[in-house]
Amino acid sequence: MTDNVNLSKRRLLIAATTAAGGVAAAGAGTPFVLSLMPSERAKAAGAPVEVDVSAIQPGMMIAVEWQGKPVWIVRRTQEMLDLLARHDDKLVDPKSTVPQQPEYCNNPYRSIKPEYLVVLGVCTHLGCSPTYRPEVAPADLGADWPGGWFCPCHGSRFDLAARVYKGVPAPSNMIVPPHKYLGEGRLLIGDDSKEAA
Amino acid sequence: MMNLLKNLIGWIDARFPLISTWKAHVSEYYAPKNFNFWYFFGSLALMVLVIQIASGIFLTMNYKPDALFAFASVEYIMRDVQWGWLLRYIHSTGASMFFVVIYLHMFRGLMYGSYRKPRELLWIIGMIIYLALMGEAFMGYLLPWGQMSFWGAQVIVNLFSSVPFIGHDLAILIRGDFVVSDTTLNRFFALHVIAIPLILVLIVVAHLVALHEVGSNNPDGIEIKKHKDANGKPLDGIPFHPYYTVKDGVGAVGFLIIFCAIVFFAPDMGGYFLEYNNFVPANPMKTPEHIAPVWYFTPYYAILRAVPPLFGSQFPGVVAMGVATVIFFFLPWLDRGKVKSIRYRGPIYKTFLALFVVSFVGLGWLGLMPATPTYTLISRILAVVYFAFFLLMPWYTRIDTCKPEPDRVTSK
Repeated sequence: MTDNVNLSKRRLLIAATTAAGGVAAAGAGTPFVLSLMPSERAKAAGAPVEVDVSAIQPGMMIAVEWQGKPVWIVRRTQEMLDLLARHDDKLVDPKSTVPQQPEYCNNPYRSIKPEYLVVLGVCTHLGCSPTYRPEVAPADLGADWPGGWFCPCHGSRFDLAARVYKGVPAPSNMIVPPHKYLGEGRLLIGDDSKEAA
Repeated sequence: MMNLLKNLIGWIDARFPLISTWKAHVSEYYAPKNFNFWYFFGSLALMVLVIQIASGIFLTMNYKPDALFAFASVEYIMRDVQWGWLLRYIHSTGASMFFVVIYLHMFRGLMYGSYRKPRELLWIIGMIIYLALMGEAFMGYLLPWGQMSFWGAQVIVNLFSSVPFIGHDLAILIRGDFVVSDTTLNRFFALHVIAIPLILVLIVVAHLVALHEVGSNNPDGIEIKKHKDANGKPLDGIPFHPYYTVKDGVGAVGFLIIFCAIVFFAPDMGGYFLEYNNFVPANPMKTPEHIAPVWYFTPYYAILRAVPPLFGSQFPGVVAMGVATVIFFFLPWLDRGKVKSIRYRGPIYKTFLALFVVSFVGLGWLGLMPATPTYTLISRILAVVYFAFFLLMPWYTRIDTCKPEPDRVTSK
């Protein structure tokens, strides 16, 4: 019986069947995998958000929701801004070389107007939302704390320009989302196109 | 009456291997006669699996996997569904007790060398069960849609986004959205109640089939199949039924006493089984002041936190955490000791095993604590100890001075 088997033909047929079956399986599997990707509705969500920032008291922070994530707006005082330049040596990326911000925010304050910082309130480590700690030198954060954010999840630290400190788990500065001012005190988050809204 | 039953069994047996299966796996499965306390945990794990499946089925009848209704439906189960609180507390206590039992079961394997040849595959299947169980627990924890559910899922899914090149898309694929959302909740529900339980049951069966093929190890770490009587039965073996069904019954009763005490008197176990922050509905805008995973994940979580970022990426920490779980798979080949059981091992292995237990428990505790510089330093030291136990094993198990193994099993 086995003497008459054409083994090379059998191997060829097995290989061909396996290849054809593999292509069919991949094709049939594609819809299942794609169904796991964000739906059209999820992709459509995330319209720009308009905020009135003039009501924020100096030194205070507000959080607004954009694309399901918190966006923080901090109205920094002059003392806060003065402190920003004094700890560059302790930061991972003091000059913001990593593109975690739009080009128009690549400056020492990481903002369009120095007074207002607009930043995505998501830790660049594992996505927790850090806690705002604007006070200088609190007992738990140390005498050289100039104000900033502390992530409760894994202890990452950021200054008041949302720049990350060395020696903490977060690898990069927090993200500045695209934004623009529509007029005095009117901020639009999620849209930085040139034309007027 | 007895005749009727006998005929019925005979009728089935002519069409289905009923009697032979019963004999092969229960009444004529010969297990070593010297099983001690540590051998309760295999059957207990099986019992907890049954408890989880049964209580889980009833919970799904009132739970709603929808971001708008999930939290409220759990409260509804707790307050309005008749005996719903009991079903939920059984399920939540069962989750933690599953890991208690599994960790003790794995420790038994470490002590008595149960992963050594010829049980490598048995050990590997067991490790797959352990990984599946971690996935099952993680996805189940999202379902109540509390603050810890949400932020725990946020952190764990973001672990995947640190994978170079594909990470960002991988995280989106897992979530089904750009943030943890209703879509994520819905699919975790599907995986938690259908996909992973199905896989779990199948690999548990494979685990038992593999066990019964090679036979159980025992506290002496010697093979009972070396000495058989004229009928081919191991001289030091006793039939699983009735001997070990009765013994395991005692273990089950003891376990259930503890289990019920937790369910009725301390279902949240002081915040360790059910975290207090999870009684607050999920809020994507605000991370709780202090977040930590449930206790059974904290050893790995502490390792994750202990590794500093390298090259501007937190991927190394994620890799360390992954390796810390997967490294167990390689134990059968890392261990070069002449004997299997700790009873005949020398002082070096005993020291390393003790250090490993200290590091595992210590990391578990540190994973629950906030990340202060001191705690991070201790975590780093313990993480090194953790990995040293595995990576140095080929060396220290070989140079260790072992005592001679007995020829036949002993009873202490």
